[in-house]
Amino acid sequence: MTSPSMFSMFRCLIWRDLLLAWRRRTDVLATMFFFIIVVSLFPLGIGPEPQLLRTIAPGVVWVAALLASMLALGRVFGNDYEDGTLEQLLLTPQPLYLVVLAKVLAQWLVSEVPLVAIAPLLGLQFGLSQNTLWVMTISLLLGTPVLSLIGSIGAALTLGLRAASVLVALLVLPLYIPVLIFGAGAIESSVAGNEAQPYLFLLGATLVLALAFAPWATSAALRISLE
Amino acid sequence: MSKSGINWYKYAAPVNFYPLAGKMLPWFTGLTIALFIAGLYLSFFVAPVDFQQGHSYRIIFIHVPAAWMGMFLYVLLAIYAGLGWAFNARLGSMMATAIAPTGAIFTFISLVTGSLWGKPAWGVYWVWDARMTSTLILMFLYIGFISLQSSIEDTRRADRAGAVLALVGVINVPIIYFSVQWWNTLHQGATIRIANKPTMAPTMLAAMLVLLAACWIYSIAVVLARVRCIIKERESEAPWLAESVASA
Repeated sequence: MTSPSMFSMFRCLIWRDLLLAWRRRTDVLATMFFFIIVVSLFPLGIGPEPQLLRTIAPGVVWVAALLASMLALGRVFGNDYEDGTLEQLLLTPQPLYLVVLAKVLAQWLVSEVPLVAIAPLLGLQFGLSQNTLWVMTISLLLGTPVLSLIGSIGAALTLGLRAASVLVALLVLPLYIPVLIFGAGAIESSVAGNEAQPYLFLLGATLVLALAFAPWATSAALRISLE
Repeated sequence: MSKSGINWYKYAAPVNFYPLAGKMLPWFTGLTIALFIAGLYLSFFVAPVDFQQGHSYRIIFIHVPAAWMGMFLYVLLAIYAGLGWAFNARLGSMMATAIAPTGAIFTFISLVTGSLWGKPAWGVYWVWDARMTSTLILMFLYIGFISLQSSIEDTRRADRAGAVLALVGVINVPIIYFSVQWWNTLHQGATIRIANKPTMAPTMLAAMLVLLAACWIYSIAVVLARVRCIIKERESEAPWLAESVASA
């Protein structure tokens, strides 16, 4: 009997993770509501002056996306680690790179895509133009997978540790900073009326780099954490 | 085929490296003190007054060596941690753990001296330019490495996890180094290049290089001392350690 192909393992794992996330919808929605609340807090704290809001919108949206995606990181491997499934996944004959990629993709679909979907509405709160909203959506669409991929390295390194969530933040936020700079820079240049393309290209490049290397680092970290 | 010469690999074992480090330590300590005295004398009394900045430019003699050491020590840390992970060599990981605090201190010194210099030279304590931001990220990476290792109780897991983190973060160091070429920033470009003639006065260059050597030898001395402490901690149950402590 032949073992399942890599594709069928990949599909199966994504489907399983999506199904499990569906059964715990509140976890997922909590991330999205956190994002909405944090973004809404800034105009309340800083004041509703439209020019000021347009200036701070790129940074605020992106920092909130960073924090929300950090909150969601515990769920990539945490649940499977606790019930022993992760150990079994490490024993599959298929490459661990694909297992990691499948789990990260499922986590991105479940936690980050709602953020990308709701961000334009929040951008309206800040009075951004339609072109800027479009740039915001694309920058988040390119940037949030990078956040999930890099975050998964931190999540794998801190599996099962005591103050894991704080430690993950400390490890992963420095690595997030380039994505933040490019993503917020894209929206800022659009607000200023310039071309956002250079930043979007840079974001695309970081996405390609992250797709190529991050799952590899994550699988090394998983083997270290689970020996 | 006969083997002649020193068998270097023998020093990869903590039991052999510990006395070697003990013998090297006094020499490096003495050299550090001598170089610091020479370097500080050169930088305060021999190097001329800058025509634009007067005496306040002298902070460069600490700022630049500290920045270089911060970057270089991070690469060294990543290499040692990688070697410890790849070859399952405990001493490599112990060296990485020993280098981390020194590298963090140098990076911190470079950030603080840089902002103290920025006030008289540029008018502000901090601008978010490419080099400053990436050095700040380097500081965070050091802190992340130290806190990750200290929060994992199993030492082998801590070593390997730190190695993964260090290797992932090493991409930042070329970014810091090349940031002044790639982005239009407030920081000045590279004054000292390997191929071209340096554009600084010779005495200034000499003072900076002497202080750089001083910081480098200091790092070696302090890392050797720290790795001896780490060896003592980790190998505390080994009989060789009990004997050498008893005889010391």
